[in-house]
Amino acid sequence: MRHVSKLFSNGTLALKDMSLDVQRGEFLSLLGPSGCGKSTALRIIAGLGAPSSGTIDWPSSQISKKGLPEGDVGFVFQEPTLMPWQTVWGNVYLPLRLRGVSKADANPAIMEVLASVGLADFTKSYPRELSGGMKMRVSIARALVTKPKLLLMDEPFAALDEITRQKLNDDVLRLWRETGITVIFVTHSVFESAFLSNRIVVMRARPGQVYADLPLETSAVRDENYRTSEEYRVTTDTVSRALQEAIMRGAQTK
Amino acid sequence: MSDAVSFDKASTEAGTDSQVVIPISRSSTAERVLSIVVPVFMVLLAIAAWQAHIMINQVPRYIMPAPLDVVNALFTDWGTLAPSLLVTLRITVMALGIALVGGVGLAIILVQSRWIELALFPFAVILQVTPMIAIAPLLIIYMPDTQSALLTCAFVVAFFPILSNMVAGLKSVDHNLLNLFELYGASRWQTLIHLKLPSSLPYFAAGLRIGGGLSLIAAVVAEFAAGSAGKGSGLAFRLLESGYRLNYPRLYAALVLLMMTGVAIFALTSLISWAMLHRWHESALKREN
Repeated sequence: MRHVSKLFSNGTLALKDMSLDVQRGEFLSLLGPSGCGKSTALRIIAGLGAPSSGTIDWPSSQISKKGLPEGDVGFVFQEPTLMPWQTVWGNVYLPLRLRGVSKADANPAIMEVLASVGLADFTKSYPRELSGGMKMRVSIARALVTKPKLLLMDEPFAALDEITRQKLNDDVLRLWRETGITVIFVTHSVFESAFLSNRIVVMRARPGQVYADLPLETSAVRDENYRTSEEYRVTTDTVSRALQEAIMRGAQTK
Repeated sequence: MSDAVSFDKASTEAGTDSQVVIPISRSSTAERVLSIVVPVFMVLLAIAAWQAHIMINQVPRYIMPAPLDVVNALFTDWGTLAPSLLVTLRITVMALGIALVGGVGLAIILVQSRWIELALFPFAVILQVTPMIAIAPLLIIYMPDTQSALLTCAFVVAFFPILSNMVAGLKSVDHNLLNLFELYGASRWQTLIHLKLPSSLPYFAAGLRIGGGLSLIAAVVAEFAAGSAGKGSGLAFRLLESGYRLNYPRLYAALVLLMMTGVAIFALTSLISWAMLHRWHESALKREN
């Protein structure tokens, strides 16, 4: 991502000259106050809406004619965004169906990804029968079913309760370890980003820019104990301070 | 899954107000029986009151026939009424069919671009607001035969609710789902088939139910306004004819047939919309609390 700016038609400058290099296999969190353009940045990376200026560069081998790495991006929205008229299976089938994969050919991949998010027994359920956390799992399964190299998550757990959110964080972390996928995770939660990421990019608002780029220690085993460890506390302190500064600077320049 | 969830529910409810749970499960069967018995009983009661009124007040048959006379007329005049019923049914069903195809088809074209919508919508609105009864005599002149004139009238009336419902449905697709389809590089066609059409099914169902009822009414009204005679005339003509001849039992019998047709269309369209929606849409679901 090079010098990307985004000017909305209503005159809001959502991003200004934002540059970001993402390493393969990284778990990167985009952290910032609301309205700092982190979701906008993610959407531009996904190809939903072109930048007003600047470019997104992909490793040259992967670029398709649309300028996107074809099928290599999975996206998880803030809401589960499921089709209510389809079963869990049908919802996860969607990305493959749009590529013309037959049901029989798609089934093994779908069952595998549903098992990995713990929903193997719910293939025939409809979204309305599921809890909020389970819907989000379906959404994650759908994003992963194409075996993407890059997973983009836009505040996926913001609407969930703390306990469900922690559980899903554990699961996302496990999936990231197992698959070696690159994740860009947009959040406004210091704790969430500190728990998940091995790199946190703090953004400031109006215009959206990278304020701080914090690599985190990745060696620690992140489980329940990590949430109460000293290391975690220090990390969250550091990140909180960076976020606080980003907000203050944003206020001064306005 | 349902086991676990219902268990959770039962236990939480039992904690707050355990007495509420039991009557709900017990009353569901009784409720279902009553929901059939009550309306049937009320209709029978109304018919009985009608019969009683005729008998007690000695109302002559040429003013108002008794229900038994009407039933009698249904059987004796079946040879006259049945072909007319078929004519009216055919016009209604064909008009509804064309209105469905045309309404859904035009809605799909309209939502493709704002310009197409701006160009075509005035015509749809003009057709809708023009009173059918006023243009029916004109259509009789312009159309090659009476049947196609009646068909056109019924079609025009049934068409608009289906069109406007479908346009609303196609436009109210979840934006995030649209983004998702774009992300996966879905073609316009794929987006239409897999996203826009299924998500507008509830709107289609509403249009179908309204259009179904309207096409029958329009088929009858058009025949009243346009007139038809002899062979190939529908139930509306039988109504008029029986009226002129003061054959009120037959007039009532024709009315009963029209009403039953209307009820059958309503039941059928409701069944279709239930079949389409009952698995997922809120309108077809019972509230769970």
